[in-house]
Amino acid sequence: MEGIFSNLAIGFIEVFKLQAITLGGMTMTLPFNILMCLIGVLLGTLIGVLPGIGPVATIAMLLPVTFNLAPIAALIMLAGIYYGAQYGGSTTAILINLPGESSSVVTCLDGYQMARQGRAGPALATAAIASFFAGCVSTLVVALFAPPLAEVALKFGPAEYTSLMVLGLVAAVVLASGSLIKAIAMVVLGLLLGLVGTDVNSGVLRFAFGISEMADGIGFVTVAMGMFGICEIIANLEQKEKREVFTSKVGSLMPTKEDFKRMIAPILRGTVLGSALGILPGGGALLASFGAYTLEKKVSKNSHQFGKGAIEGVAAPEAANNAGAQTSFIPLLTLGIPSNAVMALMIGAMMIQGIAPGPQVMTERPQLFWGMIASMWVGNLMLVILNLPLIGMWIKLLTVPYRILYPSILLFMAIGVFSISNQPFDCFLMACFGLLGYVCVKLGCEPAPLILGFILGPLMEENLRRAMLLSRGDPWVFISPSKPISMGFVIAAVLLLVIVALPALRKKREEVFVEET
Amino acid sequence: MKLKIKSQQDWWAGLMFIGFGLFFIVFSLGTPDFINNIVGTKLIGGYQMGSSVRMGPAYFPAVLGGMLAVLGLLVLLDSVVEDGPKVAKFHFRPLLFIAVSSLAFAYLLKPLGLVLASIALVFISAFGGHEFKWKEVAIMSVVLVIFSVLVFVKALSLPFPICPAFIDICPIR
Repeated sequence: MEGIFSNLAIGFIEVFKLQAITLGGMTMTLPFNILMCLIGVLLGTLIGVLPGIGPVATIAMLLPVTFNLAPIAALIMLAGIYYGAQYGGSTTAILINLPGESSSVVTCLDGYQMARQGRAGPALATAAIASFFAGCVSTLVVALFAPPLAEVALKFGPAEYTSLMVLGLVAAVVLASGSLIKAIAMVVLGLLLGLVGTDVNSGVLRFAFGISEMADGIGFVTVAMGMFGICEIIANLEQKEKREVFTSKVGSLMPTKEDFKRMIAPILRGTVLGSALGILPGGGALLASFGAYTLEKKVSKNSHQFGKGAIEGVAAPEAANNAGAQTSFIPLLTLGIPSNAVMALMIGAMMIQGIAPGPQVMTERPQLFWGMIASMWVGNLMLVILNLPLIGMWIKLLTVPYRILYPSILLFMAIGVFSISNQPFDCFLMACFGLLGYVCVKLGCEPAPLILGFILGPLMEENLRRAMLLSRGDPWVFISPSKPISMGFVIAAVLLLVIVALPALRKKREEVFVEET
Repeated sequence: MKLKIKSQQDWWAGLMFIGFGLFFIVFSLGTPDFINNIVGTKLIGGYQMGSSVRMGPAYFPAVLGGMLAVLGLLVLLDSVVEDGPKVAKFHFRPLLFIAVSSLAFAYLLKPLGLVLASIALVFISAFGGHEFKWKEVAIMSVVLVIFSVLVFVKALSLPFPICPAFIDICPIR
């Protein structure tokens, strides 16, 4: 325990450190990290509030900008966007029954009902309190669990890493919605696209077709912006705009005594469940909020009120999505394995800064690691202090029509992608991936698994090659008893696939039976 | 027996995956001999396969390509067995305008500078929406140009030209 506190102290010192910053020719001494944290959470709330732009597209958009920042400042800001978006998403969900963020889909159910009953204020306050509490607890969870996990991970060899990546990808696919086979296919396609460029071992240029810009491979930012950013814009433009803001008075924010009593248990349960689900590969905010709502509906005394404005239905998922958003940093920080698309982008950000994600980050760069964790706590505090008074401003923002929004988003994306290598070719690729993403969505294939595969492709090939070299070409090395950890990962991956395949099998069988009788 | 496609979505998704899979197999292993014989020359060279101990550059992509093709085949088979949704309508208008506007920006930026390229992007992309109001788009482009010049070029010092290359003295500094 004592180690934790001294480590957290390192983190807080890093977060509040004064730095000399040169901006546009002027040098100033500023607590720069805390400033970046503030910018991150504000930006996160902003895009969380606005439906039609999510944290993935925003972080992708900002990645090129983070070239010029110190690694710690960049990561603190990007992390702030992710958990800030969870705060912002709930505002939109409660006020206009639209999920500002995919993870606040379930908040719509009861939050909007509360707003219709004239209790928008307490609903917003509940969401903020729940998020803040969960954010604090899950920050501690990260601080407690990450170091031991990283220690284990330091002992991993190439075989263990290969198996771990397989497990991570399988878990990410299994927990995603939609068709399992198609999701696996998207992962494989992502792995393949990740291989484009110069092969590290042989120096051979692969799948570049003589295009010199492809020698370094396809930029991660380019793919993410195309598949998420461009694709999102096109999908949003398909629908006629219909956005009615619940502009009736938000009223008093203060929940009643009764409300407080009813929200305590759901917040606790949501926090625990969210923290647990966030750690799982493929987990994160989205899964956590759905899980928490379902659980709460089962165990709550007031389950008949769910869907009609139950405060538990706001408190639990809001606590869970914030907890999940933060604990999903654990696999990233300790193993270097992304559990969802946002974490894949964080890996991209670390790579841009020349940091190899993995267990060594904690020992080699304690300031970065603990600074990031401390910043999460500070960020959560800022969110709760800033957001309740700022709710009026966020509501105003909701009245901005999408036709004004999307050209701006598009311009920032184009500038961001262009600045990666100062070549128009990247923008061309972005448009291509936008098209691919659009086609994929139309064909019912989720783009998120592709991104995970894309970031892991080169890593997986390298580890696979090394593992095979060490084992002299024996493919059984991954499940040999001499490597119990690797064996465990493979078994877990297979089990997961079987478990998920089973209900589908059962369902199919049932359908056959129904047709026969 | 006539095969009936029960799930349009899966049918096309399956074909897409098979296509991508074959593409990566062919480009990593090279074109098969019978095609080379017909054409008379080796069409696509391919990369070295190596052995399982020392994997060549072709090994991993070829294996993955095979996996992708098999998965695509499974999806394809599924589409004639199980009912599924139709492919939703493609909206070509936003698709076209969004793609063209980002391309226009990219290829105009160096010759014409950030100001004109941004204006081009805003106007072209605005045509992709449901309604187009001249005044609104004009105001928006002015605001965005000022913002991006200040933030991206001045504050973040991205090396973008602001003015067209053919103007000797740029009025914006």
